[in-house]
Amino acid sequence: GSITTADGSALVKLGNTTVICGVKAELAAPAVDSANKGYIVPNVELPSLCAERFRSGPPGEEAQAASQFIADVIENSQMIVKEDLCIANGKLAWVLYCDIICLDYDGNLLDASVFALLAALKNVQLPLVTINEESGLSEVNLKQKNPLIIRKHPVATSFAIFDDTLLIVDPTAEEEDLATGTVTIVTDEEGRLCSVHKPGGSPLTGAKLQDCITRAITRHKEVKKLIDKVIKSITPK
Amino acid sequence: SVCPGDTSVLAGLYGPAEAKISKELPDRAALEVLLRPKVGLPGVLERSREQLLRQTCEAVLLGVLHPRTAISLVLQVLSDAGSLLSCCLNAACMALLDAGLPLAALFCGVTCALQPDGTILLDPTARQEQEARAILTFAIASSNRKVLMATTKGSCSVEEMQQCLAAAQCAASTIFQFYRDSVRRRYSKC
Repeated sequence: GSITTADGSALVKLGNTTVICGVKAELAAPAVDSANKGYIVPNVELPSLCAERFRSGPPGEEAQAASQFIADVIENSQMIVKEDLCIANGKLAWVLYCDIICLDYDGNLLDASVFALLAALKNVQLPLVTINEESGLSEVNLKQKNPLIIRKHPVATSFAIFDDTLLIVDPTAEEEDLATGTVTIVTDEEGRLCSVHKPGGSPLTGAKLQDCITRAITRHKEVKKLIDKVIKSITPK
Repeated sequence: SVCPGDTSVLAGLYGPAEAKISKELPDRAALEVLLRPKVGLPGVLERSREQLLRQTCEAVLLGVLHPRTAISLVLQVLSDAGSLLSCCLNAACMALLDAGLPLAALFCGVTCALQPDGTILLDPTARQEQEARAILTFAIASSNRKVLMATTKGSCSVEEMQQCLAAAQCAASTIFQFYRDSVRRRYSKC
């Protein structure tokens, strides 16, 4: 991956928007009420270097809303099932910290973040962990690494709405600022909707929304092909 | 305050008032939404809900009539028994109505739950939400029943989403009638 110290990482450029995602895996005890589930913790950061509107300090509303959106996409699409992250029921499970950092903001943050997350998770190699029966301690075998089981491949497509009629796919920052609303559709490979995210903005008819969804499904196929091609090209000897 | 079933949200609207120089916008009113959960401090989920509510309200509010002012909408969750987001949307709209702010249209929030067997349930309880395969929340505008806001939890097929949307648009009429009745009742006393 792009970050050598991370367990998995990916850098995505959508036009000028650049987003890097790094996944670090750590071990933790699972929660008491879900003893067979691990954790996935996404965090989207918009540092002040990506655009002049973001100041340094605590995360602003846009970063927090984006983090929540990514968490929802992971949950809704079931791309990683938390049960797969469990090593020993009630004792040990993986925690995947997914840090998504925007390096250059030129609009369409959500699409780029979802792609980066998907590519980074496909890139993750987790070492094999076994629990020693006698001592009760965990043994990490760094020589033997397995990729994550990714069940679904969600792809996000964003549209900018202008005055109830015009829809522009993959808006730049300038188009987003002038738009009267945005819509983000996340689909998976079976054509099912993982998320329809329309945070306010000018109203849309059901037919227009249907139009967006059909385009999103078409785009999904292209993006999936690209991700597969890239992952195959970097598969180690 | 709005209470469908056992979910209850209290909304307070302050404005248009003088805005801080850092927050004022030169051509329109600056709307700020604060959502306070029943227990705990507001977290990332509240922030994302605040963004949804703020942009929905901004779409209907005629902010250009009050430039360089600040409008603050504070929502306090009193109890949560399912369909919380649509309850907040309804509370926000009624607060905007009650304050007498200029609006282009009214909006209402409707939650649809898709059961595992395919039936659509409107305004589900917390129990029904947990069992449901997918939960879709829509904000429908009163002028032309168009979709102002949409958010989904869980995955569903495209046809199912369209069915839920149609059901939500029908239900919206009932909610708008409720708005009318409440406002009529309020102003018939004085």
